[in-house]
Amino acid sequence: MAKITFDGIEVEVPDGTTILNAARQIGGSIVPPAMCYYTPLKGSGGKCRACLVRVAAGSTKDPRPMPKLVASCVTPVQDGMVVENTKSEQVLDVRKGIVEMLLINHPLDCPVCDQAGECSLQDFAFEHGVSTTRYREERRTFEKIDIGPLIQLHMTRCILCYRCVYTADQISEGGRVHGVLGRGDAAEIGTYIENIIDNDFSGNVIDVCPVGALTDKTFRFKQRVWFTKPVNAHRDCPKCAGNVTLWYKGKDVLRVTARKDQYGEVKEWICNECRFDKKETADWTIEGPAHIERSSVISANHYELPVLNQSVIADLPESTQRDLEKNPPLKLG
Amino acid sequence: MGRKLLTEHINVEGIDTLEVYRKHGGYRSVEKALKTMTPDEVVEEVKKSGLRGRGGAGFPTGMKWSFLAKPEGVPRYLVCNADESEPGTFKDRQLMSKLPHLLVEGMITSSYALGANTSYIYIRGELLYVLRILEKAIAEAYAAGFLGKNILGSGYDLDLHVHPGGGAYICGEETALLESLEGKRGNPRNKPPFPAVQGLYARPTVVNNVESIAAVPVIVNDGGEEYAKIGVGRSTGTKLFSACGHLNKPGIYEIELGLPVEEFIYSDEYCGGIWKGRELKAVVAGGSSVPILPKELILKTAAGEPRLMSYESLSDGGFVTGTMLGSGGFIAMDETTCIVRNTWSFSRFYHHESCGQCSPCREGTGWLEKVLHRLEHGHGHMEDIDLLVSVAKQIEGNTICPLGEAAAWPVAAAVRHFRDEFEWHVTHAKEAAQPGAVYQGKAVLA
Repeated sequence: MAKITFDGIEVEVPDGTTILNAARQIGGSIVPPAMCYYTPLKGSGGKCRACLVRVAAGSTKDPRPMPKLVASCVTPVQDGMVVENTKSEQVLDVRKGIVEMLLINHPLDCPVCDQAGECSLQDFAFEHGVSTTRYREERRTFEKIDIGPLIQLHMTRCILCYRCVYTADQISEGGRVHGVLGRGDAAEIGTYIENIIDNDFSGNVIDVCPVGALTDKTFRFKQRVWFTKPVNAHRDCPKCAGNVTLWYKGKDVLRVTARKDQYGEVKEWICNECRFDKKETADWTIEGPAHIERSSVISANHYELPVLNQSVIADLPESTQRDLEKNPPLKLG
Repeated sequence: MGRKLLTEHINVEGIDTLEVYRKHGGYRSVEKALKTMTPDEVVEEVKKSGLRGRGGAGFPTGMKWSFLAKPEGVPRYLVCNADESEPGTFKDRQLMSKLPHLLVEGMITSSYALGANTSYIYIRGELLYVLRILEKAIAEAYAAGFLGKNILGSGYDLDLHVHPGGGAYICGEETALLESLEGKRGNPRNKPPFPAVQGLYARPTVVNNVESIAAVPVIVNDGGEEYAKIGVGRSTGTKLFSACGHLNKPGIYEIELGLPVEEFIYSDEYCGGIWKGRELKAVVAGGSSVPILPKELILKTAAGEPRLMSYESLSDGGFVTGTMLGSGGFIAMDETTCIVRNTWSFSRFYHHESCGQCSPCREGTGWLEKVLHRLEHGHGHMEDIDLLVSVAKQIEGNTICPLGEAAAWPVAAAVRHFRDEFEWHVTHAKEAAQPGAVYQGKAVLA
């Protein structure tokens, strides 16, 4: 076990844990943002540099600070390590720079983008970005590419996080047809001679994309995500675990996705049959509303009842306490 | 005349053949090491010599060797980084093409010291003719029993391979090199783990530059202490400098570290002064990635001391008034050089060569190049100058590998020392955009 201090909070984690995952054990708003790191994908992380943190003391053995900021998603903790994240001006400054870099080519087309509302870059820019850009040059644009009948690649929005590449490599069968072509800012996600990705798990590349570069063609432009209602459901699936989230508009299932945790990472991969073909309520056993983080725009409609900590009620203003008495929350934590 | 340890026999006819090379003392270090020394003793000699990596970073070679993990029953590798491609640096190419057996000898002795039974020379793909020279030398070494099974009856086995790369600058970064050697796209790896723990095929690996490995036979033959007597302070031994630019005698020079920069530029033994009798304007002392210095700061330090060709003296004053020895790519620029155009040229290179894996380098190198392009072509704005500094700062230190720094340092240093020239490109945009236009003012001392 290794004891580390993260923004002044001490936490003990097993050896080999990364700084990011140690921070996730503390949770809350001090967790560094991650655009390219994705726990289930081996080899992911270290690329976007969004999660850079300052190591003010390397370890008990060698308490010297690390000379450069380190990518918290790929750097393992050492016993006695002291990490500064939100408490370091340097880190916050660099994050502004990273947002600016990522937004050089990524268009701010959130009003028409299907990822709006569940976009990591949108959240990252909201928390760390600035409202203006200093970039005067021409931005790069691409034609949209259909990677098979179900997925569309909108390369203009891609931030080259490589998550979809790792997904296609690691969970898909049938050989590699998909990867990064070109170098530098000419790099792009591509398929082998415009090949399609047509295996049973290809739809997962949509779920891992942190921005709106890979979109579900069966859902495109059907609805804004915050007007849909996420409901957990499962079915007996011969290919995958069949645990999914159904996104309802009224009685219609508009979209099926894998279930994700609070960091937007899928808990279990789902197959294309569950994702694209099973869009009737009758196909599923409904479990109940999916948990959505309160900070998410999707939670604006309060599909899930609020969980209120009993101990804080006494500290609330009297008028609020009276309201709570009249309309008590169903769940008390 | 300074002593020449590596290139003493470089002009001997037929020195690229085993026979002639041996007549001039070749392969003595292999015989000495394998027959009379333990691997640890060889490492100890290299430590004593104070040899520092000649590829650019200047890390002590012996110390790097001693970091190598040595788990039982697991192969270890030595990889020679012959992917030299920094603009201004061309000394390894010469060393390999003229003295291939020196590198092969160094590889055998070093591999023995590290306990590697398979070693690789990763060479830049464009250097096909050098690859053939090395392959011939390796074949000769196999035939003479210096490579293969049971070398010189010592019980030590070594196979040596030359592997041509795809010609990407990034493949000179040690972890990208290992990826490329494994047959993958040459993208740098996140560190840790370092190659000494998990390198080639996830095995403990040492990656050394050609010149570093070529120095090992000399160290083993003469002893580390003798080697350490040459040079100055912690900059021991000799170093090859590839001098280019506006010099009377550009070329590759082996010098004893500690030679004054002024002597290197102006003496007839070395570069012979600035061509056409012109004035020196600036120097990039260690390959295009290191900060540029104006004449006033390259000849003397900020304290007025003579600047020496050594790791410490060149970096004296940090990046405010100093630079780096780097890989020894010494680029001299005379008074007719447009610093903005030159910086744009360097920047174009790093933009082209960025692997595109991490966001600050992928987006930042392109941004720098585009802003410099605008400034040079008369479309710049005054705020662009601070923008360059700011973008360079956003890249520096925040990338997976040092290519980010290599792209950021030249730009930041050019603005630091020649800001008035950048401003002139904005205030006299039309004039500055003319071919051959050069600012006639003086460089500003930091």
